[in-house]
Amino acid sequence: MEEFHINQNQSMELGLYTLGDLLSTHATEKHSSEHQRIQEMVKMAKLAEDAGLDVFGVGESHQKHFVASSAPTILAKIAGVTNNIKLISTSTVLSTADPVRVYEDFSTLDLLSDGRAEIVAGRGSRYGAYELFGYDLNDYDELFEEKFELLLQLNKEQPITWEGKFRPPLKNAEVFPKPLEGNLPIWRAVGQHHSSAMQAGRMGAPMHLAALYGASSVFEKRVNAYRRAAEEAGHDTGKLPVAAATIMYIDQDSRKAMRDFYPYLNDTFRQVRGVSFPKDRFAEATSIKNAVMVGSPQLITEKILYQYELFGHQRFVAQIDTGNLPFKKVQEIIEMYATEVVPAVRKATKK
Amino acid sequence: MKIVGLSGSKVGSKTRTAMDYTMKAAAEKYPDAELTLIDLAEYDVQFSDGRDYREYEGDTKYVAETVMEADAIIIGTPIFQASIPATLKNVFDLLPAGAFRDKVVSMLVTAGSPKHYLIVEQQVKPILGYMKAQIVQTYVFIEEQDFYRKEITNDDVLFRIDRLVEDTFVLAETYTKIREAKEAEYDF
Repeated sequence: MEEFHINQNQSMELGLYTLGDLLSTHATEKHSSEHQRIQEMVKMAKLAEDAGLDVFGVGESHQKHFVASSAPTILAKIAGVTNNIKLISTSTVLSTADPVRVYEDFSTLDLLSDGRAEIVAGRGSRYGAYELFGYDLNDYDELFEEKFELLLQLNKEQPITWEGKFRPPLKNAEVFPKPLEGNLPIWRAVGQHHSSAMQAGRMGAPMHLAALYGASSVFEKRVNAYRRAAEEAGHDTGKLPVAAATIMYIDQDSRKAMRDFYPYLNDTFRQVRGVSFPKDRFAEATSIKNAVMVGSPQLITEKILYQYELFGHQRFVAQIDTGNLPFKKVQEIIEMYATEVVPAVRKATKK
Repeated sequence: MKIVGLSGSKVGSKTRTAMDYTMKAAAEKYPDAELTLIDLAEYDVQFSDGRDYREYEGDTKYVAETVMEADAIIIGTPIFQASIPATLKNVFDLLPAGAFRDKVVSMLVTAGSPKHYLIVEQQVKPILGYMKAQIVQTYVFIEEQDFYRKEITNDDVLFRIDRLVEDTFVLAETYTKIREAKEAEYDF
C-alpha cells in the first residue's frame, strides 16, 4: 500500500472529483461560461482541502459538454491553492495521449504539489478524444494496454528502452523531471468491463473502480475478480489499494435529495448518452444496497460503509457537481459531506 | 403521440406495401398522432460502428434519432434466409442498450412461405425484449399470396392490420398511464 501512498493504519480515504461537465440544464436555466466553470472547479478543490478531505480528482474529456480537456493544468492551479489534499486524475485518457508526455506532466505536478500527484489512467468513457487526436476506436483495448505498460515502465526504471506499435521507440531515454519520491502512484481506471478489472489485477496495478449505479454487489464481483486475478498472477493483494468512484447528492431530507437531484442526473444522461435515467432504477437509490449515493448524510454514510464491507476498499471519491449543479448547492454538499459523512466513515473504518 | 413506421428492407415491395396500408390505417383512425414512415430502401444508412447514435451523420443520424424520439414503432420486415434483413438488424445495432425502454413496438411480417411464421417469435421478440420494448404480442404475418401488383388482396390481412394499429395505440396509451401511475409514487 505504501508504494501507492496509502497508509494501511489510517481510515478509508475520502474525497471528491469533478469531470467539469458544462451541460445546459433546464433546472438551472442559466448557462455557466467555460471560464466560470473552470474557476469553480478550483474553488471546489479549495473547499475540499479546507474541509479536510483526503483526495481531489479532475477527470479529462475532449468533447462538447465538458471543459476539462487539460486536467493536469487545472490540477496545477489547484496545487497552488492547496497544501495537503492528494491530486488525482479521474481519469487521464491515456489511450489517446503520449505516456511520456503524461508522465512529464504528472511528475511536474508532483513537484509543484510537494508529492501529492497521482495518475488514474483510463481509456475514456466518452470517445471525443479518439477522433480529435486521430486514433481508431477499433484499437480501443490495444492502445490502452500498450500505453499503460509504457507508463508503468517509465515509473519503474529510467533510462528506458521501449518499442511498441503506437509510439516511436525509446532508446535509453530519460524523462525529466522525476517525481518527488522517484515514482508516482499509478492506478488503472476500471469501468463496465469485468476483463479490465481482471487485467488490472494481473498487472498488479491499483484499481480505481467506477461504481456509479446499480446494486453495490455487482461491483463487489468486480473487486473480487480483480483480487483473484492479482493473486493468480502472484501479486500480494494486501499491497494493492482499491478506490470506488461514484456520483453523490446530499440533502438533510433524503426524499428532497431524490426529488432535487433526479433532473440533473437525467439531463446528464440525456445529453451525454442520449437516453434517460430510468426512474425505477433511480428509485432503488433509497436502499443502502444501491450504489447511487443520493440521500441524507446518514443514508450516504450507511451506503459507503455497506460498500466498505463488500469491497474493503481504501478510497472513496464522489462526483458532486453532476449536470452542472449550481455552485451554491455544491458548497452545501461539501459542508454536509465533510461535517457529517466523513467523520462517521473515518470513525467506522479506523484501524 | 409520435409513431414511427419502420420498413426494414431495401429489397422488394411487399413490406413497403403493407407498411403503406398500416400508416394509412393509423392516419385515418388516429388523426392527431404524428406519423413518420421510414423506408430503409430510401436511406443510405451505414453499418453501426459502436459510436453514440447522435454522432452519426446524414441518413444514419436521421434514422437513429427519429426512432429514438418515437413513442411507438411499427416495424415491417420481410424474412430473408430465415431471418430479418441485415438492414433492419443494423438499425437495432445503431441504438444504445435499452433504446426501446418506455416505447411500444409492434410488427408486421411479409414472407414467401408460411414456414417462416415463428421467426418473429424466435428472433425478433428476443431482440426487442433485450432492448426493453413493450411488445405488442400479436403480429401480422402476410404471405406472398396475399399481394397482387402492390396491393393487398386478402381482406383478412387488412382487418389484421387495423387491429395491429389499434393494439399499438392502445398499448402505447395504456403503458403511458401505467408508467405515470408508477412514477407518481416516486415523488421525484
